[in-house]
Amino acid sequence: MDDYGTESDSDYTSYWRDWFISSRGNEYFCEIDEEYLTDRFNLTGLNTEVQYYQYALDLVTDVFDLDCDDEMRETIEKSARHLYGLVHARYIVTTRGLAKMLEKYKKADFGKCPRVMCNSHPLLPMGLSDIPNLKPVKLHCARCEDTYNPKSSRHASIDGAYFGTSFHNILFQVYPALIPAKSAERYVPRVYGFKVHAAAALVRWQNGVRDDMRRRLRKLDVESGFKDGEDELEEDDDDPEDEEELLQQLAVAEYRGGGAAAATALVPTTGGEAQMGSVA
Amino acid sequence: MSTSSGTPESWISSFCSLLGHEYFAEVSEEFIEDDFNLTGLQNQVAMYKEALEMILDVEPEEDEDDEEEEEEDEEDISGDLRDGPGRERRHHSRVASDLSVIESSAEMLYGLIHQRFICSRAGIQQMSEKYELGHFGVCPRTNCNQTRTLPVGLSDIPGEDTVKLFCPSCLDVYVPPNSRFQTVDGAFFGRTFGALFLLTFPEYDLSRSGAETAANLGRSADEHGMVNGMYARNIAPGLGRGKIYEPKIYGFRVSEVARSGPRMQWLREKPDDVTLLDEARNFAEEHGAESDDDDESMMNSGRPTARRRPAGNPALRQRQGQNGSPMRVDANGAESEL
Repeated sequence: MDDYGTESDSDYTSYWRDWFISSRGNEYFCEIDEEYLTDRFNLTGLNTEVQYYQYALDLVTDVFDLDCDDEMRETIEKSARHLYGLVHARYIVTTRGLAKMLEKYKKADFGKCPRVMCNSHPLLPMGLSDIPNLKPVKLHCARCEDTYNPKSSRHASIDGAYFGTSFHNILFQVYPALIPAKSAERYVPRVYGFKVHAAAALVRWQNGVRDDMRRRLRKLDVESGFKDGEDELEEDDDDPEDEEELLQQLAVAEYRGGGAAAATALVPTTGGEAQMGSVA
Repeated sequence: MSTSSGTPESWISSFCSLLGHEYFAEVSEEFIEDDFNLTGLQNQVAMYKEALEMILDVEPEEDEDDEEEEEEDEEDISGDLRDGPGRERRHHSRVASDLSVIESSAEMLYGLIHQRFICSRAGIQQMSEKYELGHFGVCPRTNCNQTRTLPVGLSDIPGEDTVKLFCPSCLDVYVPPNSRFQTVDGAFFGRTFGALFLLTFPEYDLSRSGAETAANLGRSADEHGMVNGMYARNIAPGLGRGKIYEPKIYGFRVSEVARSGPRMQWLREKPDDVTLLDEARNFAEEHGAESDDDDESMMNSGRPTARRRPAGNPALRQRQGQNGSPMRVDANGAESEL
């Protein structure tokens, strides 16, 4: 209702789209070009999706001049916002739309990744569904490749279909140079400096999955996208761990008794890797 | 600030009710008064004694004399440098300008005590109550389904990093959503608390809340039981198949081989069968028939003896009964005599 008030005020000074993208809670939207909106082809199928489609379109394109009561006007206003959102999902995957969203991404208009290891990497809006009124908008981090809920409740209520499931992936296909370097850096739960067994076992397994992926990519001569320096670092990190494991196994073997058992204990590392490979 | 002697509220509770201090537990006075719990903090905090007094709401005027006596042999530099009159002046000036210094020292000291307190039995209990009330917020990750998080530090040394939130569902750490927590030192919670909490309360159902908890508790506990010292259902419930984001363009998955393809899925991976993570057991199963035999023979030898014993017990009892029969005869005899 707030929006409605500001709308009638700003009616005199700016266009509907200007008002819409600058109003509170709509920071994720970019402005759709007039030409894009007026090209009927781009609006194919939306007339069945939006109530009072023609009036809503008139409002969005600033040619609305219907004399109606406030209630009607509000309904049309709501439809106009819905229409704008649906066109927005189509617009942001066009060349111009991508460029506009890229600018917003660079300014971190969509917020920053809450994950500590991502070092406040900018986020991109995304939908979990392309069908409206199903799932609210989520934020995607290109660095950890995961999705997060928006911090603010006014963003959390925006429909995810206004951004779509493909946009953020298309952005990085079009601008591959912007793909952030991946990092193997991660949080390891510890108690008084000691790793917790359950979590550490999972981490080891995950690292196995990662190494398998990187081996697969290396075979295909595809860049894994991991920071080079960190690759070495992380392998350095892994080695002592492997040694630790080996030592533990040797210790167990010795405990069980006999040098022969120690020799068989050398097998587990390779066996374990093979096992991980089969899982992945 | 709120330490003015007139207020009935203690320094600790007023500190904990400050904006941005919602994550703090109220350290019990007994814990602070036990010197053992403060070991080593003297060297880490400036104006340690004054700060401690402030935390415990001890009136500085009251123990001025004791303080002066103690100061002579204690580390206070200003006390060493100045003579009697100077010290008096210092006391006067302390009320005015040093108060803010003491206040910040007290906050630092309280934080460091807090780091230790929340790992103690009473402290972790208090934190679990706060956890249940959702004082620490929820995980921002979509697939974690609002799992409640725990405040942790990435370092135990103050001044290095601010407080972070540890999500037990994805085992990752996040920046608190509200910027007011970006002034809270992570060392006041410490590296240990998050993981220790999970080990202390293994029965918490991390993934869900309310009625679903009760419904799921029995079922999933039956499914796997314990793996690596934790309930299988509590090992990163927010990870694994179906909880990993798959990038798609117009419904088609983006290939791993693509330059923009997924590279970080391993971070949210988990084996479908968590027992796969039981490395020790897998080792025993895969390797060395000897070791397995050992275990089995142990088990086998264990079971029969266990079986034999109850079998043997009746015999013993019988024997005892037989042995007792003369007694009974005696007793009977005695009774018969009576």
